[in-house]
Amino acid sequence: MSKSVGKSEIRVDAYEKAAGRAKYVEDLCGRNTLVARILHSTVAHGIVKSVDTSEAEKVPGVLKILTCFDAPQDRPFPTAGHPWSTDPKHQDVADRCLLNRHVRYYGDDVAVVIAEDEVAAAQGVRALRAEYEALPFVLDVQEAMADGAPQLHQGYDHNILAHTSIRNGDYQKAIAEPGLIRVEGWYDTPTVQHCHIENFGCYAYEEAGRVVVVSSTQIPHITKRVVAQALGLPWGKVRVVKPYVGGGFGNKQDALYEPLCAWCSVEMGGRPVKLICSREETFVSNRVRHAIRSHIVSWVRPDGTYAARKLECFSNQGGYASHGHGICAKGMGAFPQLYPCPNVECDAYTVYTNRPVAGAMRGYGIPQAMFAVECHTDDVCRAIGADPVEFRRKNLMPVGFVDGFSKNELYADTFNQCMDKGMAAMDYVRKYKAYQHQTGDVRRGVGLAVFWYNTAVWPISMESSSCRMVLNQDGSLQFQTGETEIGQGCDTAYSQMVADAVGVPFADVHVITRQDTDITPYGTGAYASRQTYIGGFSIMQTAQALRERILNIAHEQTRMPVSNLDLQDGQIVRKTDGRVLKSLGELATESLYSMEHSQHITAETTAQIKSNAYSFGCSFAEVEVDIPMCKVKLLNMVNVHDCGRLINPALAEAQVHGGMSMAIGYGLSEEEKFDPKTGRVLNDNLLDYKLSTMMDHPRLDAEFVENYEPTNPFGTKSLGEPPTCSGAPAIRNAIFQATGVAVDRCPATPHVLFEAFREAGLIQG
Amino acid sequence: MYDMKALYEAASVADAVALRTAHPEAQIIAGGSDVLVQMRAGKRAGKELISIYGIDALRGVSLDGEENLRIGSLTSFSHITRDPLIQKYLNVLGEAVDQVGGPQIRNIGTIGGNTCNGVTSADSASTLHAYEAVIELTGPDGVRREPIRDFYIKAGQVDLRPGEIQTAILIPKASYENTFGHYIKYAMRSAMDIATLGTSVNVRLTADKKRIDRCRIAFGVAGPVPLRAEHAEAAANGKEISAALADTFAKTVLEDINPRDSWRASRAFRQHIAVESARRAFVESVRLAGGEL
Repeated sequence: MSKSVGKSEIRVDAYEKAAGRAKYVEDLCGRNTLVARILHSTVAHGIVKSVDTSEAEKVPGVLKILTCFDAPQDRPFPTAGHPWSTDPKHQDVADRCLLNRHVRYYGDDVAVVIAEDEVAAAQGVRALRAEYEALPFVLDVQEAMADGAPQLHQGYDHNILAHTSIRNGDYQKAIAEPGLIRVEGWYDTPTVQHCHIENFGCYAYEEAGRVVVVSSTQIPHITKRVVAQALGLPWGKVRVVKPYVGGGFGNKQDALYEPLCAWCSVEMGGRPVKLICSREETFVSNRVRHAIRSHIVSWVRPDGTYAARKLECFSNQGGYASHGHGICAKGMGAFPQLYPCPNVECDAYTVYTNRPVAGAMRGYGIPQAMFAVECHTDDVCRAIGADPVEFRRKNLMPVGFVDGFSKNELYADTFNQCMDKGMAAMDYVRKYKAYQHQTGDVRRGVGLAVFWYNTAVWPISMESSSCRMVLNQDGSLQFQTGETEIGQGCDTAYSQMVADAVGVPFADVHVITRQDTDITPYGTGAYASRQTYIGGFSIMQTAQALRERILNIAHEQTRMPVSNLDLQDGQIVRKTDGRVLKSLGELATESLYSMEHSQHITAETTAQIKSNAYSFGCSFAEVEVDIPMCKVKLLNMVNVHDCGRLINPALAEAQVHGGMSMAIGYGLSEEEKFDPKTGRVLNDNLLDYKLSTMMDHPRLDAEFVENYEPTNPFGTKSLGEPPTCSGAPAIRNAIFQATGVAVDRCPATPHVLFEAFREAGLIQG
Repeated sequence: MYDMKALYEAASVADAVALRTAHPEAQIIAGGSDVLVQMRAGKRAGKELISIYGIDALRGVSLDGEENLRIGSLTSFSHITRDPLIQKYLNVLGEAVDQVGGPQIRNIGTIGGNTCNGVTSADSASTLHAYEAVIELTGPDGVRREPIRDFYIKAGQVDLRPGEIQTAILIPKASYENTFGHYIKYAMRSAMDIATLGTSVNVRLTADKKRIDRCRIAFGVAGPVPLRAEHAEAAANGKEISAALADTFAKTVLEDINPRDSWRASRAFRQHIAVESARRAFVESVRLAGGEL
């Protein structure tokens, strides 16, 4: 059946986007749309005593000012982009209000000005005077857990939002084994931001007694529920529309300002109001990646096997729960699986601090965990004199491993296959040998790191996806799902799947890219690298339902039994001799306009998915370190992925390139910096926040191993997030080989290297 | 949508001077790559602007009667880099301004704007200081010329007097003749960045290429305004070329510079990078001048 799947079809949205015709949120709202701008708190922690609106009200064009004293404080809502749980114990923490009297980070939302245009709104915000009772604040995750630390939320002792553990075997007994080598490390990862091209924005209006929100979101169906919860409306009173989106990377897997914008419109009697974040707001007042500090202790036998291991990880949540403990818990969950060891103790803590709110970001805890684990793996190798590749081959998850909770199984020898391919592409063996024992100012090194990832959220959350297909008179068809195109290319991958599953040419498949919760069947959206895997089930199921209808009609029209009929490439074919009986277009036209039995040929189904799939791979990096200049130049980088079958090789390669780019920034340059005196983010713009550029990238080499995933109808599994997971530790390990200096934090900026090289005696100063 | 009170567009230098006199509070805008960013951030919100961007007479590079290099203030960075006179006599400036921002910024950004901002990190500034550039200003009383060192008053403030606009930057022939320079921009990434430290060195060698006849070095971001490292220059002038001289020269810059601790970089880090950059820029300048190390 495979005609389109596996081919590098041109993106279905390529022309619209290249020609500038694709419409995003800001392109869609009318010229009469009012503008809302937010007054953000200028203390990291405090109580708003008053907001003086008198000067702002005088600004021409300012129509309304809403403050935290107008916003209900007794109806907190959750914002995380998770499917709703009907079990209250599994529901997300509801700790957010539309505007806050108790502000919990520098940049929290205090008031909003609604004006006729952007200039008036900005002038209005500048004219507001908020008075605060400043409270002590805390930015560091472990300081926030200490006795006497400022408390952010009631009911969360020592600011601990959640603490979960894993206990396998008997750690204490295991470490008593004689001859063990103890290796310990602390590893720090930074607060980083997604930096999607299109800042978050939305607009809202009322129509026929209902609230409509058009939003740059990854999760329209979830956002509908959150807006209703935040406004205290029945869920059916809210409609969310998701047009083209310029990237999200998880930031938009949260209800951001849709509730506030919807409330503004309601307060304006339903007039359209838009709320478009600036880049500065995106850095501070949307979501960030959790900074996680990890502590690992390994007890290693001289033969290079693990006797016992311990992990503690401390996740910096920032001021509100958002996705909360899910991130840190996912990272912890990978620990005992990646390098199985019988005796393991793990503790994960997610802790409120007065930093910006951390939420979902590409990789969802795994880039942090892999940085710690894979730096530590090379530290262990160094301590026992083992080769980094051989050590991994010996200790990584073996073929046939089954996780008891998710029932995920490693079906193929993925890790070894990926490492073999990566080593060949990097010319690793030769380089590793050549770069041992260098001297001089400029040295080179190669490093690797592997990663663990899984697909989708089953069995932690519900997984389901719905699809609708509508046949046209000419035999082409429209299809839609609740799963969102946000730039990653799922509309194209889905179109290929639909073409093959139904049996029509790719060119005859038209995707309805926009989600509208009034029209689009339910799907939870773009996260967890779930869509290609999960969407595949509902596409296959719906395609089969559509085919069944088509072949039944073909039977009516041709009098051949269904068992002798097939739909291939848009033609009704008699299977016995392969004769084309009629085209699908002829069939559809006759069916629709039939005077006896008119039928509009459609199909819609929901697939619930109760499986999940591992998606593994590795990164190799080659660096040149200019020691006196404290600079790293990335010379080469290779990622190898086993994401099952590639639906579209060109798009898969692009996905990997993007993830590698994100990993390069994570490893070398990106971090939000905080003023220790105020808690303010110092670098809330793309100049001071060092997102890596094309000039900082080497040629990015994306390689694949295609072990078809047996649980999925198309043999595929996740690739959205995996490319981000192992790049940073591979770079760190390359620096380690080059210089002998183990940098236990990312990013390895020149500032960090300056201190590390000084300490190691490589430079004076 | 910018919060702009008024925009006056000057058609000529005389027109610009008249507008400056009529609207003393107004901000001059050339390419706008700094002014509009500040206006958007609220810093210059609600201001009047005088655009001089349409004055083509202020564009281009030429040699005057005394063979001094004359760079019109509105010449864009990308034009400077590609200019044959710059490439022939002052290539280091072309290389320096080719490291400003990205291609779009280099197309819109002008060398006049870069210097009138008065910021220490401007990529053109350290090289212009190292070449003892002369700033030409035109005002109601005509044209005056001022050494760039005096033009920079303090961080963010230059000697632009009421009614004046900067019309050209001049490099005297004696300054560029037989002189070869190298600029090192130290930044946290390879594009789209401002300098953590800018180091511009140039040398003129003796006829036998064995000695330093004249060495000049200027830094950006080593102090509140771009500055020359005179002790380091004195340590090199007249000396025989050697690797040891490069080291001595480099270490001596610490007597001249005064970088600050900020969240962008520590004082110790900037000092360390200044020494290493000075050494490397010196070695490269000597090599370009035909000397051997």
